[in-house]
Order: sequence, then structure tokens, then C-alpha cells
Amino acid sequence: MELLGLYNYWIVVVLMMAGFYTVIAFDNLVKKIVGLTIFQTSVFIFYISMAKVSGGTAPILTGEPEVFSNPLPHVLILTAIVVGISTTALGLALIVRIREAYGTIEEDEIQAQDDQQ
Amino acid sequence: MKRHLVLRVIAKLLIPPILLFALYVQFHGDFGPGGGFQAGVIFGAGFILYALIYGVENAQRVAPPDLVRVLVSLGVLIFAGVGVWDLVLGGNYLDYNVMAEDPVTGQHIGIILVELGVGITVAAVMMTIFFAFAGRER
Amino acid sequence: MISAHLPALQVVVPLIAAPLCVILRRGTWTWALALLVSWASLAISVVLLGQVLDDGPLSYAFGGWEPPWGIEYRVDVLNAYVLLIVSVVGAVVLPFARRSVLEEIPESQHSLFYASFLLCLTGLLGVTITGDAFNLFVFLEISSLSSYVLISLGRDRRALHAAFQYLILGTIGATFIVIGIGMLYMATGTLNMADLAARLPFVDESRTVLVSFAFITVGATLKLALFPLHFWLPNAYAYAPSAVTAFLAATATKVGVYILLRFFFTVYSFDFPLKAITLQGMLMPLSVIAVLVASTVAIFERNVKRMLAYSSVAQIGYMILGLSFMSVTGVTAGILHIFNHALMKGGMFLALGCIVLRLGSVELDQLRGVGRRMPLTMFAFVLGGFGLIGIPLTSGFVSKWYLILGAVEGDHWLIAVAMLFSSLLALIYVWRVVEVAYLQAPPEGAKAEEAPLSMLIPTWVLIGANVYFGIETSLSVGVAQTAAELLLDVGLGTSP
Repeated sequence: MELLGLYNYWIVVVLMMAGFYTVIAFDNLVKKIVGLTIFQTSVFIFYISMAKVSGGTAPILTGEPEVFSNPLPHVLILTAIVVGISTTALGLALIVRIREAYGTIEEDEIQAQDDQQ
Repeated sequence: MKRHLVLRVIAKLLIPPILLFALYVQFHGDFGPGGGFQAGVIFGAGFILYALIYGVENAQRVAPPDLVRVLVSLGVLIFAGVGVWDLVLGGNYLDYNVMAEDPVTGQHIGIILVELGVGITVAAVMMTIFFAFAGRER
Repeated sequence: MISAHLPALQVVVPLIAAPLCVILRRGTWTWALALLVSWASLAISVVLLGQVLDDGPLSYAFGGWEPPWGIEYRVDVLNAYVLLIVSVVGAVVLPFARRSVLEEIPESQHSLFYASFLLCLTGLLGVTITGDAFNLFVFLEISSLSSYVLISLGRDRRALHAAFQYLILGTIGATFIVIGIGMLYMATGTLNMADLAARLPFVDESRTVLVSFAFITVGATLKLALFPLHFWLPNAYAYAPSAVTAFLAATATKVGVYILLRFFFTVYSFDFPLKAITLQGMLMPLSVIAVLVASTVAIFERNVKRMLAYSSVAQIGYMILGLSFMSVTGVTAGILHIFNHALMKGGMFLALGCIVLRLGSVELDQLRGVGRRMPLTMFAFVLGGFGLIGIPLTSGFVSKWYLILGAVEGDHWLIAVAMLFSSLLALIYVWRVVEVAYLQAPPEGAKAEEAPLSMLIPTWVLIGANVYFGIETSLSVGVAQTAAELLLDVGLGTSP
């Protein structure tokens, strides 16, 4: 039961490993970026779920004393999401340029072309 | 997209509320959930929807790339400029308390200006990213 | 009055200049602005180091929010030293960049180049100065994202692929760090480094803290390219524009080493078994392997830029080796080598930039007789090479001396021998270049063409400093030693 109670961490771990595996195992550059995004998303969930206080509401002050979730990780992850978007956009932009320069987005083919030079 | 009459009409109906909602989220961020990041993305999404339906050229007629490029920088400058202003007023960097007689008012002014900067930059960056990919020759 | 705000200005000045560069658009103006700003940063960091040496650590509360609640910028001797290194290199590389960038990057991208350069500077300075763990991650990503852009501007199409690989690995490294920071926050409820250092000893048995330690270690070693996590580095350095290579080689990995130092000895200031195991059982052997393997690979490299990149991997091994001794002498050697290596590697990459400008390539075959065609440039390169080998009267000797002292002090005799052997390897790869450049005749019809002064002077400033700090060691060693004592004895948390 204790293991199931920590289901948010299981989700984080599964997503993290799925993303990490995709980054490492695939040669297609776009798939690598997809994997990287999933990997980063798992961290977002990690932070957000750790901020949850059981029984707490959204952290908006209404004047009445009540239990609410910790807002700080939410703010941190807002920043991390922006970083993630920038990384994804930059990665995709690089892929566009790589495709124009090499005519392919498969890493093994790019490697083969590099080695010929 | 010339032939998709439904899309064109619905988009025309949707885009003004989207932009309005973005402004609401932007300025409501002072008291409730909202703020520059979210508002900027929503505002940018309105433009991107327009560009998707009516073409990138038309969208760029409304928001020329040069203007967007300036806006990207302008937002950061507003943010950093608020900080410098606070320094000039004698506080620490980004200490909004010194921006008005009453610290609470100062905090309000400071956060609205900073979020405005964030909103401008985020909206402009979203458009830049979309234009950069969509405008690329195949 | 303004002196109280220097910690903020150190980061804010380049941060404001970057968007201004984008608005200005004209290449020359943006360069002038960037130059001005980098010199201002240098001035600020010099004053900061002076203040810290006189009065002890500085604390700056962002937005007036007192630490540990708000973001705190905290400058102690170690920070101030690394800030100085980063801003010196920035201030020296920018005058050099003008000609080099004109040659290597299309005119339309100049303003964006300088904007990215300034953002990279902002990020590196920010990582160094901040006293907030999450803020460190944000600045780390600012510097990384802009360095991916800078690398991808290289002329060779391989630069794109190198930048992409760096993007993937750099992002994984930074994400590992942010996972670690998240776990620290879970365990302690704070992000302020000094506060973390004060609270962690009470939760040290918790598995969360141990796992966070592992994540941060792996993330930081990926960022600083410790063997075997160095695969992104050689290509990124080899195909980036010359000015970028010199800047990144002298600063980016150094800031990575700083992160490791900061987390190992300030945040996790208390002793726990995993720390000793990680440092002595994992990082020490890895860094020795890094030194030996990377030096050997460098010997077989045909492209001189790639050769120096592998040599960088080896030199990073020295730095990590120094801190893995966990003694004052060892950590002093590590910090000292951050400084000395920045000078010599920066200078050598600048010299290569001069050669690229004149010859268009740094393949070993193309360098025949370059010693006669560009005597000043090549002599600077050779002096830098002496530093890499560790010949007396160069700064490389000083840091190696302390490193071997540290090894002997800790009874690691084998490592001391390995260090001496690695000098031999460095001698071989530097000699290969010397042989081609001086002993082989230049190709027929090649003219003697020295690099322009605007590029020679920056090169010689760094190389000259390399020789100067090999002879006059009181400043560099003194500050490194103070920093090491601070790290090992009192940590960051307690003011003297």
C-alpha cells in the first residue's frame, strides 16, 4: 500500500526513464528532443507533486486561514518550463539547420558524413 | 487555407477574445492566478492562430519581424530597468518597496511593470519562434 | 553608495546590454557596447575581490527580501576569484573577437553573436555569484543555451551537430542538477546555500539527501566534462568560432568545477560516508584516467583545436583530482589550476584564432613552417604549451607543484607519478605542433603574415599573465589558498 501511495514518484520515475531512454536509444534527432522534453517534464511533475499538501487548496490568499499547497515549487517550475521551452525551440532550430546542411536528421548518417570529411 | 471558410470565420471570432483574455490574465496577475508568462503565451497563441489560418505573410504585416525583435528586447529591458530604477531610488535591485510612498503600493507598481515586461517578451518570443519555423523555406 | 550594489550590477550590467545589442543591430556598435560592458564587469569583479579580501563575505538581498527567504547573492573569496577569472577572459576575448568574428561569421548575425556572448557572460557570472541553489540552475541554463547558439555559429557544418550534441548532454546535466536541488528542497525546505549548509547536517541520514548528492555530482561532472562524460566537449570546441572556443574553454568548464566545489564543500559541508566514497573512490580514479587517456588521445589528434580540446579534458582532470584529495593543499591546487588553466588555454585558443584568420585552418598539415610566418603568434602558443606541460616559470608548473604536493601529502604516490608521466604526454602533443611549425619548411610561396595587433595583444595578455603568475605566485596562490581554507574549515555559512 505504501508503494502505491507514492504513485506520483512512480510516474516521475517512469517518465524520466522513458525520456532518458528515448534520448539515448534513438538516432533520429527529433525523437531525441521529444525524449529530452519528456525527461524534463518528469522533473516538473516531481516538483509540483512535492509541493502538494494533503487537504490543501490552491495557494491563493482569501483572508480565511486554511491549508494550502506550497506555492514556491510552482514558481520554480514556471521558470523551469520556460527554460525547457527555450531548449526545445533551440534544439528544433538546430535540427532545421542540420537538415539543411546534411540533408538528414538521422544521427548515424550525420556521423557517417562527418567521418568522410 | 483559402477554402476553409469555417476555419476563417471561427478564427476571426476567436482571436479578439483570446487577445482580450491574455490582457485579463496579464493584469489580473497582480491579485489572482495569472501573470506575464501565461498572458504572453496566450497573446502569442492568438497571433499564431491568425498566422496559421491567414498565412505568415499577413501575420507579419501586423507584427513585422523587426518590430517583434525589438519587443523581445524591450520586455527584458523593462524588467531590468525596473530593477535599475529601484537602485536609483535607493533600494536594492528589484526592491519594489521604494517605488511609492507606501510599500504596498510600491509592490503593486513594481510587479505590474515587471510582469508587463515578462508578458511582452514572452509574447514576442512565441511569435519569433513560430515565424522562424513557419517562414523557413523548404 | 554604488559599491553596496556591486554584486547585483555584476550580473545586471551584461544582462541589460544583451537586449540592447539586439536593438542596436549594427555590428560595430554592438561590439563596442559589449566591449565596454565586459570591461565594466572586469572592474566590478576586481573591486568585489578587493572588498571580499578586506571585509569578508558580502551578502546582497535581491528585491530587499532577506535571505533565506529571498534570493541572495553571496560573494566570498572563492566566488570573487572565479568571477574575476570569467570577467578577465571576457574582457580579453572581446577585443580579439572583432576581427575574428568579421572573418568567421556573416555580418547580419554580428549583433546576435554579441548578444549571445553577453548572455553567456551573464549566465556564467550569475552561476558564480548566486547564493541560491535554484537561481544557480537558471543562470546555468542561460549560459548553456547561449553557448549552444555561439557554438552553432561556427563555419563548419559540423558545428551544428556539435552544438546539438552539447545541447542534449548539457540539458541532461542541468536537469540532473535541478532534480538534486529539488530533493534538497524536499529534505530541508530551503534553497539558500548557506541555509542548506546549516540544515543538512540534521537530515544527513535521509536517503533523499544522499540521492540529491548523487544527482548533483553527476549533473555537474557532465557540465564540466569530466571523463567519461566529456564526449560533447572536443567537437564543440573544435568547430565553434575561434573567439567562442577561447571564451568557453577558459570559463564554462571552470564554472562547472566551481559548482562542484560549492556543492561539495559548502552545501554538503558536513562529512558523510558517501561523500568520501564519491570523491576518493570515484572522482579521483576518474580524473587520473581523464588526465592519462585524454592526453594520449590528444597526441593522435590531427586538428590542433581538437587536440587542445582533449588537453582541456585532461586539465579538467587535474582540477577534479585536486579537490578529490579533500585537503587544503589539494583544493588549493584545484582552484589555482582553474585560474592558471583559464589563462593558458584561453591564450592558446586565441593564438589558434590568429592562425585560423591567416591560414583558414588548424589542421596539423597546414601549419608547416607557421613558426616562421607568424613568429609572435606561434611563440605565444608555445609558451602556453609550456604551461600545459608544467615547465617551471609558467603558471602550469605552479599548479602542478601544488597538485603533486597534495598527492604526496595524502600518500597517493602512484598519482604523483602519474602526474609526472602526464607531463610527458603533454610534452609529446605540444612538441608535435612545435615540430611542424618550426622545423618544417613553409609551403612554397607562403608569405610571412603576422596576425593584426587587435588579435595579438589579447593573446599576449593571457600568455603574458601565464608567465607572470608562474613567477609571481603570491596573488594567485594566496587567494586560492584562502578560498580553500574557507571551503574546508568554516564553509560558506558562517561569516568570519
